[in-house]
Amino acid sequence: MSFDVALIKKDFPLLQRVINNKPLVYLDSANTSQKPRQVIDAMSHFMETSYAPINRSAYQLAAESTDAFEHARGLCRTFINAPRTNEIIFTKNATEALNLVAHSWGGANLHRGDVVVLTQMEHHANIVPWHMLAASHGIELRWVPLTDDGQLDLTNLDSLLKGAKAFSFTAMSNVLGTITPVQQLCAAAHAAGAIAIVDGCQYVPHNVTDVVAWGADFLTFSSHKMCGPSGIGVLWGREELLNAMPPFLGGGNMIADVRLDGFTCAELPAKFEAGTPPITEVIGLGAAISYLTAIGMSNIRQHEKETVTYALSALNERYGNDITIHGPSDPEVRGATLSFKFKDVHPHDLSQVLDQSNICVRAGHHCAKPLMRLLGANATARASFYLYNSLDDVDALVNALEGAGDLFSL
Amino acid sequence: MPGLEDLYREIILDHYRTPRNRGELAPPAAKAEGHNPLCGDEIQVYIDVADGVVRDIKIGGQGCSISQSSASMMSAAVKGKSIDDIRNLVRRFKHMMSIEEEGNDSPIDESQSLGDLEALQGVVKFPVRIKCAVLSWNTLLDALNNA
Repeated sequence: MSFDVALIKKDFPLLQRVINNKPLVYLDSANTSQKPRQVIDAMSHFMETSYAPINRSAYQLAAESTDAFEHARGLCRTFINAPRTNEIIFTKNATEALNLVAHSWGGANLHRGDVVVLTQMEHHANIVPWHMLAASHGIELRWVPLTDDGQLDLTNLDSLLKGAKAFSFTAMSNVLGTITPVQQLCAAAHAAGAIAIVDGCQYVPHNVTDVVAWGADFLTFSSHKMCGPSGIGVLWGREELLNAMPPFLGGGNMIADVRLDGFTCAELPAKFEAGTPPITEVIGLGAAISYLTAIGMSNIRQHEKETVTYALSALNERYGNDITIHGPSDPEVRGATLSFKFKDVHPHDLSQVLDQSNICVRAGHHCAKPLMRLLGANATARASFYLYNSLDDVDALVNALEGAGDLFSL
Repeated sequence: MPGLEDLYREIILDHYRTPRNRGELAPPAAKAEGHNPLCGDEIQVYIDVADGVVRDIKIGGQGCSISQSSASMMSAAVKGKSIDDIRNLVRRFKHMMSIEEEGNDSPIDESQSLGDLEALQGVVKFPVRIKCAVLSWNTLLDALNNA
């Protein structure tokens, strides 16, 4: 099908909202995305017709609920081209998925002095769990530095990876928009004898994802950034690794047997899914994947590439030296997430002024404080675009910035 | 800018552009650091306390116009005041920001004018910005506790 942003926008009820007689310009999808009618309806329909516990009751309703839940797991598998459906683990969000890997795989496999390599563009979810392992297990963290234009500086990658047990990195920066060379990074990790953990939070919602082509060992992503509901995330891991790992959370559903003197784990994926999961949210994630797949991930990537190309030139042409856009200038290696500094206006004040035009941008440190320190900023403003943002939305941002400069010039 | 006059009053922008009492005080002056974990704003408050009176105050750090102007106005308002008066002023300011001290039902002394600080009243209409306005005040309380 052809990509028609006006038609797509109509699928999103919230984007029809008008405040103070002005349309909404939602530019905060890197934070969380809006939801299409198809997802909202699928969740409502499921709750109205089939909602019941999964995996534990014999009546028809419970069977329907379980089938719908497992169908969504299959959709996740296809979406990222995972080899096996039992490698798809549902978590609370991508943060929990990364914590699961660090705690369970890291806790079992890492010992004092072992090295884990991260990059300087990670967000806190891919930093803090490793800091926690450094504190509890005495592991050493090494950091891949950045180039001046916000890409990974791979000059010394091989020596950084030497002796490392794991390399955990983002496929796309939530601040810089940088898309990293995932396949190359996975290969470098494996050449050094390390496993490759890919944080796909920002990448998966916007691009075709293929964990086999990448050669990754783990991938994490979040439903709420890809048109699905919040409260559900995904960990994919190679079956062999997941089978060898100890469980993460203990409780119902993750056991084969429990005795007074111990327990036996269930098979994958239940082994890592203790307790009742967010059932309706999984149905919603499945509907989001169906929605995105019907539009086509390569079409979405193409649209966003065009959007960011237009946004970069419109902002730079209009404001020249008054605006500093962080991250790569080449749209081939960046997604449609733009962090920027505008004159000397603090991002909080900037977003307040933009809010007068119903333009929603994030102002803050984007949960990536080490990177912000590197950029020499306490905070940036960030506009992030998605499949439902048109070039008119870019124009609205460009025009609304004008007023901010006047009000806050020092 | 229409709709924002209540927030960005001229006196606020004046304190933002020309902050009062910027700088540091060397030990034995008391120091406290405040962070707004949501937006990354940082502030340092230095106070020189003698005989129960804040003789001098300096402000460091960076932040948005609301947090910076609030800190600047605060520094001007508390300099030379007794700790008791300052604690009352902090409570009064936070009351203006619709933040009440839990478990303290004693009446707030509103006999003195708030002066320039009144200009920050408009912040209450923008709930997200209240934390910007009170950051320096909470940091001042920490500094008083450190003194």
